[in-house]
Amino acid sequence: MNRIELTRIPFIKNALKSRYPQLAVFIVMLIGYIFAILAGLIGTPVGSHNFSIVFVWIAWWAILILVAVPFFGRGWCAVCPIPLPGEWLQRGAALSPPDKRPKWLNLRVPKMFRNIWLQNISFLLLALFSSVLLTTPNITGIVLAAMLFAAIGLSTVFERRAFCRYLCPVGGFIGLYSQTAPIELRIKDKQVCVTCEGKPCYNGSSAGYGCPWDVFPGGLTKNTYCGLCMECIRTCPHDNIAVNLRPFSADLAKPSTRMDEAFKAFIMLGSAIIYAGVLLGPWGAFKDAAYNVSSNSWFIYAIVFLAIIFVILPGLFMLGILNKKNTLPLKQRFASLSTALIPLGLMFWVAFSLSFVLTNASYILAALSDPLGLGWNLFGTAHAAWQPMFTSILAPAQTLALVGGLIWSARTAQKAAGEVKVSPIPVIIYCFIATSLMLWLLL
Amino acid sequence: MNPRFSLLLLVMAGLAVAFAPLPVPAIAPQERTFEIDAHQFAYSPSELKVNTGDTVTIQLVNTDVVHGLYVDDYDISVEADPGQSATLTFVADKPGSFRFRCNITCGAMHPFMIGKLIVGRNDWLYRSIGLASLTVIGFFPLSSFILKKEERNVA
Repeated sequence: MNRIELTRIPFIKNALKSRYPQLAVFIVMLIGYIFAILAGLIGTPVGSHNFSIVFVWIAWWAILILVAVPFFGRGWCAVCPIPLPGEWLQRGAALSPPDKRPKWLNLRVPKMFRNIWLQNISFLLLALFSSVLLTTPNITGIVLAAMLFAAIGLSTVFERRAFCRYLCPVGGFIGLYSQTAPIELRIKDKQVCVTCEGKPCYNGSSAGYGCPWDVFPGGLTKNTYCGLCMECIRTCPHDNIAVNLRPFSADLAKPSTRMDEAFKAFIMLGSAIIYAGVLLGPWGAFKDAAYNVSSNSWFIYAIVFLAIIFVILPGLFMLGILNKKNTLPLKQRFASLSTALIPLGLMFWVAFSLSFVLTNASYILAALSDPLGLGWNLFGTAHAAWQPMFTSILAPAQTLALVGGLIWSARTAQKAAGEVKVSPIPVIIYCFIATSLMLWLLL
Repeated sequence: MNPRFSLLLLVMAGLAVAFAPLPVPAIAPQERTFEIDAHQFAYSPSELKVNTGDTVTIQLVNTDVVHGLYVDDYDISVEADPGQSATLTFVADKPGSFRFRCNITCGAMHPFMIGKLIVGRNDWLYRSIGLASLTVIGFFPLSSFILKKEERNVA
C-alpha cells in the first residue's frame, strides 16, 4: 500500500496550517487538565467518584491506548495541554512568533540526556507507585500538577519542549508505539530540504516556531520523536511537509539500534504483564504489596518489578539471540530484534486496558454529573449504578488482541532478523511464551 | 507444499481450534458451598472451581468495611455489611472463567478487588493458547506466502 497524502485535502491542510483549531482544542484540554488537578486536590477522596481518577485513568487512558496511539500515533501529543503554559512563557506569545525573542535561558539539553532514559526512569517511577496513583485522587492531582510545573520549569531553562522530548513518562511510550500507527508526518522531497536556506522548519521564521520537538523534519524516518505539533507545516516555505496515511507499523521495517528504545520496549511489555497479574489477578497479597508503599512488602514488590523488567525479560531475550557465529555485536542484535516487542507490547496494553476500562467505564457517567463528589447532579447521571460493560465479549476481544499482537510481532521479528542476518525463531518463541503468560493472566 | 494450500490448512486449523466442540466430561451436578472472606482488597479464597451445572452457594463473610461480590457475565451480586455475612446461590450453567469483583466502593483499591470463578474447563484459555501455538507453527509457511506475494507486487 502506498502512502496517501492527507494534506492534499484542502480542508485538512487548512485546519492544520491554521493555529486556531489547535488552540481551541488546547484550551479545552488545558481547562480539563487544570480541573482534573483541582478535582484531585479538593474533590472527594473516593477515587471511583472523583473526576481526576475517572477521567484521567479510565476515560483518557481508554482513548489513548485503544484509539489515539494505535491509529494516530503521537496524535495525543498534538493536543496535550501539559507543555502549553511553559511554551507560552518560553515564547512570550500564545499564537504567532513575537517580534522580540523572550529572554529565558534557552539552553540546549546536555548531550547525555538527549535520549529516552529519563523517560524510562520517569515512567518506572510512576509505575512503581501506580496502585496508589491510579486510585488516590490527591496523588493523581499532585502528579498532574508536578508534570505541568516540570514542563514550565524546563521551558524556562531549556530550549523547545525539553519536558515532552526527554522527561514526559507518557510521551516515551507514545513515541515507541507511534511507530506502529498508520499516520506519519514526512517531507515530500528530500532535495528541497537539502537546498532550503535557513531551515525555517527547525530554526523558525516569521511564519512560525522552529520544531518544538528538536527534530529536523528533513531527517525524519520514524514517528518516535515527531510530536505532530504541525509547526513545520506552517513554517515550511516550500510546502514540502505532508501528513500521510500509510500501512501499520511502517517504521518498524528499519529496526532501531538504540538501547534506550530497546529497554523502553521491555519496560512496557513487563509493566503490562505485571499489571495484568497484580491489578487484574485474584491475588490479594500482590495488591497489598503494590498499594502499601514504603512497607517491606512494597520494597519486595518494587525489587521484583524492576528485576522482571531489567533482568528477567531482557536476560531471557538475550539468551535466545546468543549466537557465537554471528559477526554483529550482541548489543546491536539485541536492540534491533527488540523491535519485535513493540507491536506485542502495544497489544498487551490494549488487552489489559480493555478489561480495566470495560469494567469501570460506567463510573464516567456518575463522575460527569458530580465531578468533585460533592453531591451535585449536573446531568442527572450522578446516581448511575456501576455496571461492567460487554464482559461477555471481553475474552474474545483480548484473545484477538493478544494473538493478533503475536502474529504482528512475528512478522516484525522476521523483518528485523533479516536486517541483522539472524534467525527470527528465538524471538518468535519468546513472544509466544510472553503471549501465553498474558493469556493465562487475563483469561 | 503449495503456499495457498498451507494457508487454507492453517485457516481451517485455526477455525477448528477456536470453535470445534470439545467433549464435556459427564459429571453429575452437585451442591457446592464456599465461605469467602472479604476484606480490603481481596477475597479469600480468591479462586473458585466448580463443575458446569453445579448449584453454587457463596457465603460472603465481611471482616472490615462494606463489600460486595458481583460475578461477571452471570450478572448476579450480593452485599454484606461490616462484620456481617450474606449468601448468594446460583446455578453455574455457563462454562468458562469469570471474574468476581467488589461492587460496593470499599476504599482506594476497590476497582481491583477481584477473584476468579472457573466453571468447568477454562476452554477459552486453552483455545487461545492453541491459536497462539498455531500462529507460531504456521507462521513460516504463511510468511513465505506473503513474501512471495509482496515480491510479485514489487515485480
